[in-house]
Amino acid sequence: MSLLARVVTLLVAFLAVVAVGAFVVIHYFLGGPPTVDFTANVKPDTGATVQVVMQEDPQNTVTTHPDWVSYFIKSPQTGQWVHTTVFKVPAGSKVDMTILGYDGCTPLRNPYFGHVTGTIGGTEDVDGKPVTQINSWSGCNVGHTFSIPGINLNAPMASPSLTATLCGPSPCTSGPKKTMTFSFMTPKTAGTYFWQCRVPCGGGFVDGFGGPMQTIGFMTGNMEVVS
Amino acid sequence: MAAPAAAQPPSETAKGPNHGLRLVLLWLPVAVAADLLIYLVWGPHLPPGQMSTSASSQQFDIKIMAVMAAPVMAFVLIYFGYALVVWRQKAGDTEDGPAIQGNTRIQASWITITSVLVLFLAGFGSYELVTTGPAGADGAGSGEGPSPIWTPGGKPLQVQVIGQQWRFTYRYPQYGGFETTQLVLPVGEEVEFHVTSLDVIHSFWAYQLGVKADANPGVDNVAFTKALQTGTVTVRCDELCGLWHGAMYNFGKVESVSAFRAWAQKTEVQLASVTKMLPPYATSYEPTVVPQINKAMAKSGIAGANGYYYPPNDPAQP
Repeated sequence: MSLLARVVTLLVAFLAVVAVGAFVVIHYFLGGPPTVDFTANVKPDTGATVQVVMQEDPQNTVTTHPDWVSYFIKSPQTGQWVHTTVFKVPAGSKVDMTILGYDGCTPLRNPYFGHVTGTIGGTEDVDGKPVTQINSWSGCNVGHTFSIPGINLNAPMASPSLTATLCGPSPCTSGPKKTMTFSFMTPKTAGTYFWQCRVPCGGGFVDGFGGPMQTIGFMTGNMEVVS
Repeated sequence: MAAPAAAQPPSETAKGPNHGLRLVLLWLPVAVAADLLIYLVWGPHLPPGQMSTSASSQQFDIKIMAVMAAPVMAFVLIYFGYALVVWRQKAGDTEDGPAIQGNTRIQASWITITSVLVLFLAGFGSYELVTTGPAGADGAGSGEGPSPIWTPGGKPLQVQVIGQQWRFTYRYPQYGGFETTQLVLPVGEEVEFHVTSLDVIHSFWAYQLGVKADANPGVDNVAFTKALQTGTVTVRCDELCGLWHGAMYNFGKVESVSAFRAWAQKTEVQLASVTKMLPPYATSYEPTVVPQINKAMAKSGIAGANGYYYPPNDPAQP
C-alpha cells in the first residue's frame, strides 16, 4: 500500500471514530426532550401566577414508540403541543395547572396515590368539581397521576368512562376527556424537581413499570425551578 | 548504597546505628497515639451516630479492627519513611548494596505478630458474628429479617415501610392502618419496621437509626430499632431501583412520645377517607395479583394481567 493510501486510510478511520463519538455524545448524552419555558416576563419569588397546560394521551403518534402513553405540554409561546415532559417555571410562584386527561383507566398500584396532596387547598377540580381523592380500585376512575415527590405534590388524573372511544392521533384535540385543574406553589429554592406518573401504565413491560414510566418525555420528567 | 539493618549480618549491624531500636522508638508513640485517637476521639463519632443502638455492634467491631490495624499501618509507613531518609543512595555512591540475607529473628517476629493479629481478628469476628446482638439475638443481622428469631419484647410500635418507584410510604397498623409519606417515630419506644415493596427491589435505609432492610415485593422484612434521641432521620433507598433512584429519599422525624401520639391520632382521623381506599393491612402486597384490582376490573369489563389493564376500546393495546 502506498504512503498516500495509508495516510488516507488512517485519516478516514480517525474521522469515523470521531464521528461515532460525536454521535454518541450528542444523541445519548446531550439529547433529550425540549424544555417548555414558563418563565418569560415572570419575576421569581413574587407569587406571580403562571399557567401550565398539559395533556395525557393513550398513545402518541409522534415518536418511534407510538404505543407508549405520553404527556404533552402546551407551549405558552406558540400555543402548540410539544412532546416533552420538561418545563421551566419561576421559583416562589403559583402554578395554575390544567391537565387534559384523554387516556383511559388503569388502577394505581398503591391506591394511596389517589389522594390529592400538595395543592393549594388540598384539592383538585375534575371537570370543575373539587375532589380530594379518586378511588382507582372501585372502578374505571383514574388514568394517571401527576406527582412531584420533592414538594409532596400528588394529583390523580380522572379518566373518561370505560365505554368511551379514546382519541386516536395525538396530541389529542378532540375526544372524550376529563379536565383536571389545580394550583401549587413552586419552591423558593431553584433546582430540578422530577415528576412522575404513579399508575403502572407502561403496558407490555414487567408490572407496567417500564418503557414510558422510565423515560423522560413520556410519563416522567423534570420541573426546572429558576430564581 | 547502604543496606537496611535487616539485610545485614549481625557482625555488620553491630557497627552501625541500631535501626531496629530507632524504628521501634519512632513507631511506638505514633501507634499509641493513633489507637487512643481512634478509640477515644474518632470512635464515638463513627457513623451513623448515637441516635439508636441498632448499629452499635458494627461500630464496636469497626473500632476494634481500626485499633488493631493502625499500629500495623503506622509501622509500614514509618519503615517506608525511615528507609527513604536513612538508606537512600548517597551522592556519588555507585556501588551495589550488599547482598540481601535472611534474618531469622525478624522473619519469625513478623510471621508471629501478623499471625497473632490475623488469628485474633478471625476469632473476634467469628465471636461477634455468633454472639453479638440483644439478648437471644445471636447471628448476623441480629436475627432480624423475614423470619426474625427474636423480638425486643413488649408491644413495639409497628410501622410498615412500603417502597415503590420512587417513594417510600409508611403505614401504621396500630392506628387504623393509615398510610402517609411521613415517617414519624416516638423517642424511647421500640419500633418494629415491616419493610416491603410494591414493584421492584428497594432498600429502606434510615441512616441515623442504623437501620437498613431490603424492600422486596412479596416479602416482609422485619427490623427493630429504638430511637434514643429526638431529631431528623434521613431515609434513602439503597438499592438501584430505576430512573429516579437517586431522588428516592425523604426525612423522618423522631419526636417525644406525646407528640408522636398526637400526630398519629390526628393523622388517622384526617386520612380516614383515604384509608378506606387502601387494601386491608397485610405484611406484604403482591404487585401483580391484587385481588381488589382484579375484582374491580372484572366488574368493569376490563381484561388484563401482569400489572396493566387496558379497556378494549383503548387504541393502544400492548
